[in-house]
Amino acid sequence: MLLQQLVNGVMLGSTYALIAIGYTLVFGVLHLVHLAHGEVFMIGAFIGLYVVLWTGAGVIPALIGALLGTALLGMLIELVAFRPIRARGGHFLAPMISTIGVGIVLQEVTTRLFGGELVGFPHRLEPVTFRLGPVAVTSVQLLILGVALVLMVTLHLFVARTRLGMAMRATAESLLTARLLGINTSRIILLTFAIASGLGGVAGVLVGLSFNAISPFMGVDMGVKGLAIMLIGGLGNIHGAMVGGMILGVIEVLSVAYLASSYRDAFAFAMMIAILLFRPQGLFGSAQSVEARV
Amino acid sequence: MIDQYAESVLIFLGINTVLALSLSLPVSAGLLSLGQGGFMAIGAYTSAALTTWYGVPFPLALAAGALLAAVAGLAVGFPALRIKGVYLLILTMGFGEIVRIFFLNFEPTGAASGLGGIPQATTPLGVAVTVAVLLLFFLQLRRSRIGRAIEALREDELAAELMGVGLTRLKLAVFAVGALIAGVGGALYAHYALFIDSAQFGFHRSAEIFIIVLLGGMGSFWGAVAGAVAVTLLPEILRVIQEWRMTFFGTLLVAMMIWRPWGLIGRPRPVLIPRTPGA
Amino acid sequence: MLEVDRLTKSFGGFTAVGDVQMTVERGAIHALIGPNGAGKTTLFNLVTGVLTPSAGRLSFEGQDITGWRADRITARGMARTFQNIRLFREMTAVENVMVGAYCRTSGGFLAAVARLPGRLGRGERETIRRADALLDLVALTAKRDVAAAELTLVEQRRLEIARALATEPRLLLLDEPAAGMTPAEIQDANRLILRIRERGITVLLTEHHMSLVLQVSDRITVLNYGRKIAEGAPESVRRDPEVLTAYLGTDA
Repeated sequence: MLLQQLVNGVMLGSTYALIAIGYTLVFGVLHLVHLAHGEVFMIGAFIGLYVVLWTGAGVIPALIGALLGTALLGMLIELVAFRPIRARGGHFLAPMISTIGVGIVLQEVTTRLFGGELVGFPHRLEPVTFRLGPVAVTSVQLLILGVALVLMVTLHLFVARTRLGMAMRATAESLLTARLLGINTSRIILLTFAIASGLGGVAGVLVGLSFNAISPFMGVDMGVKGLAIMLIGGLGNIHGAMVGGMILGVIEVLSVAYLASSYRDAFAFAMMIAILLFRPQGLFGSAQSVEARV
Repeated sequence: MIDQYAESVLIFLGINTVLALSLSLPVSAGLLSLGQGGFMAIGAYTSAALTTWYGVPFPLALAAGALLAAVAGLAVGFPALRIKGVYLLILTMGFGEIVRIFFLNFEPTGAASGLGGIPQATTPLGVAVTVAVLLLFFLQLRRSRIGRAIEALREDELAAELMGVGLTRLKLAVFAVGALIAGVGGALYAHYALFIDSAQFGFHRSAEIFIIVLLGGMGSFWGAVAGAVAVTLLPEILRVIQEWRMTFFGTLLVAMMIWRPWGLIGRPRPVLIPRTPGA
Repeated sequence: MLEVDRLTKSFGGFTAVGDVQMTVERGAIHALIGPNGAGKTTLFNLVTGVLTPSAGRLSFEGQDITGWRADRITARGMARTFQNIRLFREMTAVENVMVGAYCRTSGGFLAAVARLPGRLGRGERETIRRADALLDLVALTAKRDVAAAELTLVEQRRLEIARALATEPRLLLLDEPAAGMTPAEIQDANRLILRIRERGITVLLTEHHMSLVLQVSDRITVLNYGRKIAEGAPESVRRDPEVLTAYLGTDA
């Protein structure tokens, strides 16, 4: 029983991890919190939905469609809502506040177009259940875990082994130095947004598949939780986001199984507040980074 | 006299002003809060429970709600002492969410079904008086010892501390008073809306209050007023905005951050100290 | 008056201040000098409570102040200026000085509102008077209502001194008070420091301009690489071979 819950938790956690990674990537490169990321995730889910409805295609095209669609959206957001602010200097919080505006716009537009109710997400996968010893895993869960793992590993390899990935890390360390070294930081930033948003979009489809329903409001919950995870793992730390997401997923599932389900959402925030109080740099962050960020 | 609809607009203008002012105080100290909705909820639920169940007179219930919100402000203020900037923003956001989830599950106040049957006690006059009192408070505050310390805190925390300003007490006080004012706003809201549930005080609410202060300008408390006026009245004046209210304000927010990040009011301007006769 | 007892501060593997022993006598003008990176500002930060020592003790007027918070130390009677000027830029000169009076006055939120609008409280009037008097001391009366951001560098340094004096310190720490000044301005700074001493305030200063240091100080402590390498009257320090070696290559 416990093992089953752990497995479920890991499934949930991997979607959380994908969202948290998106936040982390943007924060790592631009040192700002992309508060519209939750809405990007939500739009990914809707893109996936419409790919399926309009083309009658299966899960993989839906995922690809969401990935590409949200990647484009992410780049658009960077060009319209961030770049002009960076160009003008100004208040240090202005970019982050701008993302609040973007998020609000995205959410209202989606609500107006699709209504505020839950929209059913069609089954596109054979609802097979596999039994691995004492544990039961559905095909949907396997898909989620599989996709999430593939994406995370790919991202890790990309950032650690490729030249572009190295350029991203350099830009994250110091924008100015990276530019001086000849790195086209503008393009790197666009790429970062594309990847971060794409991951969020994929997570949206995965969540839609696992719950069979999506709504324009799913972005708010997930978004805020993703933020909490980023903090728990350590701002700007990709591995922290992955691990943090898994931990939260497991804790939430366990809390629903063994405690009252209605308090489930509170765990993310309670953990976050605990981290802020006792270890503000997050589980994997370094103490110095807290001072510098201020 | 003015009709029912106009009256409700004015009352919401007043309540939004109160809430915006509640945020402008910590903002003026450089402490950004995305959790005013949580304090508002505490004020709303506490005062509503007292009037609805126990028939406590409204002014007393409002005071109780505000005081409880202030205590919550102190509780949030403690962790806020050690963290700054975006971390503080996220901490307060987490607090707001926790309050929402708490009331969502708290059976005595109706949990998900909310609390209804609240007696109408909020009048246009009451709201106007509250706003006037608050404006007077803020006016007095800026030209006082503690208002100066708050401004110093915002400009350069370290220098302020080295000039003898006790940061801990000041930050806690600022959080508590800000929360108190938000609690007042919550009580006023509850006794006009006559029905409250946790969904009304969530992140959306905190974000809206935040946006009002940002649009109006963080430079002074007048920014809170300007923002509240803009956000409450613009949709009334421009009917076309009503349908797409949030889209309009979201876009406006982005535009302002690009072209006028200090909001309608603009950058804070120095306070002129009068010369005293004789020396 | 100020006892620095084997004070040490390390950041990871790097020792910024190592085992420094120093005494500042009441009524003295004591200078702390050394090449860039010698640890002078770190020592200031330790003494004023901005940093906590890794080892060692600090005592002020006989009281152990090791580990005290900065505002408590200021209230106890020690104030400072900053090398990189930290004025409240959007406030006027006089208001900056008035902030210094915070720990010598009282009154919170209730006091702020418990007066008739448009009229100043009695405490406020006194604070303004004292601030204006201090501005007069540093010759900034003409710039009273100018925002601090708009003052010249030299004026800003003088304003920082006035603001620190508003805390009514018995020991004033000046962090490079003459940086960026012309020789004529340095003479004015000298005179100001002497006038401050005349008021019964002990002064501890760090400085690069040896001319100011030599003219004005009673006693000099020399740091290099975080350690004390010499101490004594100006005449003996300036001839000390170790000091000269440390300063070789810099203008002394």
